[in-house]
Amino acid sequence: MLRDITLGQYYPADSVIHKLDPRVKLFGTLIYIISLFCFRGIAALLLATAFLVGVIKGSKVPFRFMVKGLKAILILMLITAVFNLFLTPGEPLFSFWVLKVTWEGIKNAALMAIRLTYLILGTSIMTLTTTPNQLTDGLEKSLMPFSRIGVPVHAIAMMMSIALRFIPILIEETDKIMKAQMARGADFESGNLLKKVKSMIPLLVPLFVSAFRRADDLAMAMEARCYNGGQGRTKMKPLRYERRDRLAYVTVLVYLVLILLCRTFLRWPM
Amino acid sequence: MIKARKLVHEYIRRDEEGNVESITTALDHIDLDVKPGEFIAILGHNGSGKSTLAKHINALLTASEGSLVVDGKDVSVEENIFPVRQSAGMVFQNPDNQIIASVVEEDVGFGPENIGVPTGEIWQRVEESLRAVGMLKYRSHSPNKLSGGQKQRVAIAGVMAMQPRCIVLDEPTAMLDPDGRKDVIRTAHELNRKAGVTILLITHYMEEVVDADRVFVMDRGKVVMQGTPREIFSQVGKLREYRLDVPQITILADMLRQSGVDVPLGVLRREELVDAILKAAQI
Repeated sequence: MLRDITLGQYYPADSVIHKLDPRVKLFGTLIYIISLFCFRGIAALLLATAFLVGVIKGSKVPFRFMVKGLKAILILMLITAVFNLFLTPGEPLFSFWVLKVTWEGIKNAALMAIRLTYLILGTSIMTLTTTPNQLTDGLEKSLMPFSRIGVPVHAIAMMMSIALRFIPILIEETDKIMKAQMARGADFESGNLLKKVKSMIPLLVPLFVSAFRRADDLAMAMEARCYNGGQGRTKMKPLRYERRDRLAYVTVLVYLVLILLCRTFLRWPM
Repeated sequence: MIKARKLVHEYIRRDEEGNVESITTALDHIDLDVKPGEFIAILGHNGSGKSTLAKHINALLTASEGSLVVDGKDVSVEENIFPVRQSAGMVFQNPDNQIIASVVEEDVGFGPENIGVPTGEIWQRVEESLRAVGMLKYRSHSPNKLSGGQKQRVAIAGVMAMQPRCIVLDEPTAMLDPDGRKDVIRTAHELNRKAGVTILLITHYMEEVVDADRVFVMDRGKVVMQGTPREIFSQVGKLREYRLDVPQITILADMLRQSGVDVPLGVLRREELVDAILKAAQI
């Protein structure tokens, strides 16, 4: 039953967005998030929507895949909307009991909901079109400047990719241990929350022991293949910018400038 | 290729204050000579020190006493560690715990990446090594979807891509099913024949030893027997003393011999025994 879990929700397709360098996608997502939180005015909102729709269309990922991500944060969105609705000070439109609904409150609540939706859609476009490995590579390369000030960028990226490699193996192992313990009469299903958590102990202890053993083996196997940290390493699949990547950078920057222009000159009605 | 003289390795257990609690001698004055291009098998029961020996050849462990030279390089010299690891590759027992990347070809490329091979050449080496082990069509697969034998062949390809002179296989078949076992052993023999790589196969399955050039038997940290497979298998009683399972065919031949049938010493294969029995029956 645990085998069905898929991590990273990569959606394989042959599109421009898929082919982009992961660094471009990381940068683009970051810029988009920034733009979401500093836009003002209806023109900017339309622009952000158009940009998002364009990217989604370009990625060839079906829209229902995106909506899946939204379901997870529905409650969070509701809570933020409710707080914004009732707790924003201003001219009360109507009120009942201690709760006041203001014009500003309605506006803030709507804006917040839109921002969160766009945020989730924007980031899921990145995870849907980039394999975890590409993502790690992109992160490593983009964060490389920080290694000068002592951040072990290569080690972090290596750890991430090894973790991704071992997740399915450990899930399978959990499944196996679970069945072994169930065969010995362990009960993982019944009881209250505390009891359920307690029943996890006979599952977690062997899992940890085996994970450490695997880590030990893997470290030795890596050493045997001359692994020596990041120094002097070459790359089998180095990241190289191509024409489309440069174009994408320009597009993202133009988009940001337009948003900022809207913020200064077309503030109506917010 | 490999030259060990009076090699000693001791596992020292210490208590919390750092006092020596007990000393286990895993390797006890080992002398070993391997010529380039040989297929060597090392046999031994659990705890005979065979895995410890393997780790010495790859400079993963350092000796307490004695000397070890691999491909002309003294293993105990610090600067030689990486050159030694490059010229003597190692394949381990558990196929899952030695595959690093989540795509087959990337894993094979891991070794060359580490030793700084240029990108174009990495691709070339990856293709060659995957072809050599017969796994080229799985190059873009995830290792999780492969069988044990296939994973082990990928691991061998990963070592081959570093272009070693010698490969140490440390019980590569212990966790595999019979089919996977045959595949891995056949691959090792092919590499030995076609690419001229020296192979050191460490195992406790006697059947895998039959085609080796020379066999070493280890027990309690010592090399107790050495010779061609035929010489080794002609001493059934002695092998049993070292808690090794002799192939059934050899046992049968030995029993026939003892009961007076004219069968030669150290029969290794079924066909051989059939021939010998037919010959004995005609006379």
